[in-house]
Amino acid sequence: MKMLMRLTLAALLFAPAAALAENTGGAPDITEGWNHLWRELMIDITVIGVIFALITVYLLIKYRRRRSDEEGKGVKLTQLASAGWVFIPAFIFMADDIFLAAKNFELWNKMREVPEGAYEVKVEGFMWGWDITYPEGATATNELRVPVGKPIKVSLTSRDVLHSFFIPDYRVKWDAVPGMNTYLWFSGKEAGEHVITCAEYCGTLHSSMYGKVIVMPEAEFEEWLKANTPKKS
Amino acid sequence: MSSTMVTERVETSVGASSKFSLKEWIFTTDHKRVAVLYMIGAFAAFFVAGIMAMLMRTELASLGPTVTANPNTYNVWLYFHGAAMILGYQIPALTGFFANYYVPLMIGAKDVAFPRVNALSFWLFWMGIVMALLTFVIPDPPDVMWTGYPPYSIITGGNTAFYTFTVLLMGFSSIAGGVNFLTTIIYMRAPGMTWGKLNMFIWCTLAAFIIQLIFVPILGVAVTMLTLDKYVGTHFFDAAAGGSALIYENLFWFYSHPAVYVIFLPAMGIIYEIVATFSRNAIFNYKKMVYYGVMGVVALAGLVWAHHLYVAGIPNWLVLIQVFSTLIISIPVGLLMIGLLGTLYKGSIHYGTPMLYAAGFLFLFLIGGLTGIPNAMSAIYVHLTDTYWMPGHFHYVMAVSMTTAIIGGTYYVFPKMTGRMYSETLGRIGFALFFIGVNITFMLTMIMGVKGMPRRYYDYQQFPEMEPLQQWATVGSYIILLGAIVVLISWIHGAFWGKKAPQNPWGSRSLEWTHAPSPPPPGNYGGEVRIPDDWDPYGYGK
Repeated sequence: MKMLMRLTLAALLFAPAAALAENTGGAPDITEGWNHLWRELMIDITVIGVIFALITVYLLIKYRRRRSDEEGKGVKLTQLASAGWVFIPAFIFMADDIFLAAKNFELWNKMREVPEGAYEVKVEGFMWGWDITYPEGATATNELRVPVGKPIKVSLTSRDVLHSFFIPDYRVKWDAVPGMNTYLWFSGKEAGEHVITCAEYCGTLHSSMYGKVIVMPEAEFEEWLKANTPKKS
Repeated sequence: MSSTMVTERVETSVGASSKFSLKEWIFTTDHKRVAVLYMIGAFAAFFVAGIMAMLMRTELASLGPTVTANPNTYNVWLYFHGAAMILGYQIPALTGFFANYYVPLMIGAKDVAFPRVNALSFWLFWMGIVMALLTFVIPDPPDVMWTGYPPYSIITGGNTAFYTFTVLLMGFSSIAGGVNFLTTIIYMRAPGMTWGKLNMFIWCTLAAFIIQLIFVPILGVAVTMLTLDKYVGTHFFDAAAGGSALIYENLFWFYSHPAVYVIFLPAMGIIYEIVATFSRNAIFNYKKMVYYGVMGVVALAGLVWAHHLYVAGIPNWLVLIQVFSTLIISIPVGLLMIGLLGTLYKGSIHYGTPMLYAAGFLFLFLIGGLTGIPNAMSAIYVHLTDTYWMPGHFHYVMAVSMTTAIIGGTYYVFPKMTGRMYSETLGRIGFALFFIGVNITFMLTMIMGVKGMPRRYYDYQQFPEMEPLQQWATVGSYIILLGAIVVLISWIHGAFWGKKAPQNPWGSRSLEWTHAPSPPPPGNYGGEVRIPDDWDPYGYGK
């Protein structure tokens, strides 16, 4: 019986994981993973919310005062019922919490484990912009060009104050901290442009600290990279 | 029953307080007057910080400059809004105003244990308010947000010292208040007022002050280090000299997350009082609510700070622990919600203005609480953090829900405090405007957040598609402002021209309503209070 329960739990937890790995050539699709978990989570909290709200509305209407001298006839709980009203809801909440935490870590691990063969780009935040350095030596400011379909590791640091590198369309963000090296990874599924913006307050022009990630076909990217890589002298 | 409770009634002192004397107010040590002064200070902070909110919402209503062309001006508004709303309004309103007014009355005491320390707390708080208001006078106002994160707060041209000293003044005030109220609750209860007979509000206040006493010093340390770094040349947070900004982030949230519960618990206590009184019903599962709900929150308060730092560069093992501990907060908080619903069950609910706010709380806090669950989950949090989702969520769960408790609680205490009734019609109009406005503004705020709009933005050129949503959120904020004006008018009208209030207009069973006149004289009950064995603050239907 215990074994059976464990298996069911495992199946529940790992079924979506299998779905996540489709169509991305090995690297998990963390953007779709986020959207998927978000939808599940919205269902979860909407169900709890609607149940509570309906009960609240029912109680608020049903027990309104009808005579001015009326008093409540609140229930006197037995010892058992009183404990039951604590431990049963607590177990239900706890079960939901553990379920959500397990789902969370599955996606979290994918977000934090950079797929093998990722292309690493260094990004340094400053007041107010992003300096980008490619492993080949090319540099850019605020425009991060990447090849399509390839996992990109962004190694982050900051020159002055806290910043946070945020690509809303890809659901990725991480803080750039002075004196520390942090990272995030993403992969652009299709060619196109997406906003990069700063998400940690960094002073006067915080809201103007934005740029874009330009996802290019591999060949175009190579061409651009070659043209912008400084010649060895 | 009533004849056995107060042994002797001394009426002589009543007359002394009836004539207004500024000197008496300034040098007062009477807990009820200190409460009124706290109330004025807290609502003044609310008012000014609210104006900042209106300026910001107006600024955001259109792309590009609207009210000001200087982003720094906007940042100063935002700093003031956050710092003043939390440190100047919510904490003092709940642990200053309500605690002062209710604690001695509810436990049958003449005053707090240390009335002069109480006056000191209050004056420190007022100095903090003045310090915060100087933001608008000095040439280099702080622009460090209420979080004051280094290194920005150290290298900025803004005056971080004002931030530090505002926090320290409020902190000292809180520590003195904590010592005072814990002593009062432990030693000043009337004979027969056993732990099992305390009002929910007393338990919640006790819990809130335990949290304050443990954690406020840590915030004090953090902001002091900030000022030392900026002005004295230490290097606590300077990466180049081996320090780290992460030290500050940890210290700051080690206080500032528990601070959420310092606000939440007394607010919950007030909602419990209103719900019990207005449904004339015993509190559902009272003892278990205290042990597992209120004390459960205290037990978990200090274990969840790092969920603010999931993407700040903390180690993975800490994230693991924090995801669990944060999700588990849903248990005590969920229990307290069940307790409120259980108190409505088979009650006799009267929809006076305080109860409207309490009913509003049930929905607003439900939305606020449930939208906290995504934030606990680190992977979901990655996208949501520092977007509009966060202000949307914490305005629901903290700003707005706790304000329903503060405004509702003020209406509730109004007849006792002023001796007059407010106008129910104005009360209802104010509530309706408030409830509609906050839902428009903060629902849209959350939606913009999920779409990726980052918070603390003066402008949003990179997200032009947000403009219509921003505009509707601004419309909502104007409705809130209208509601706030109606509330203020109803209070001023009630306090000066309201009908005389009877001793117990609500038909409550709680001590302050059944045994103290409205308003109570200095010394409260005019004699020794003795609590009979069969007395219960929620003894309805007997």
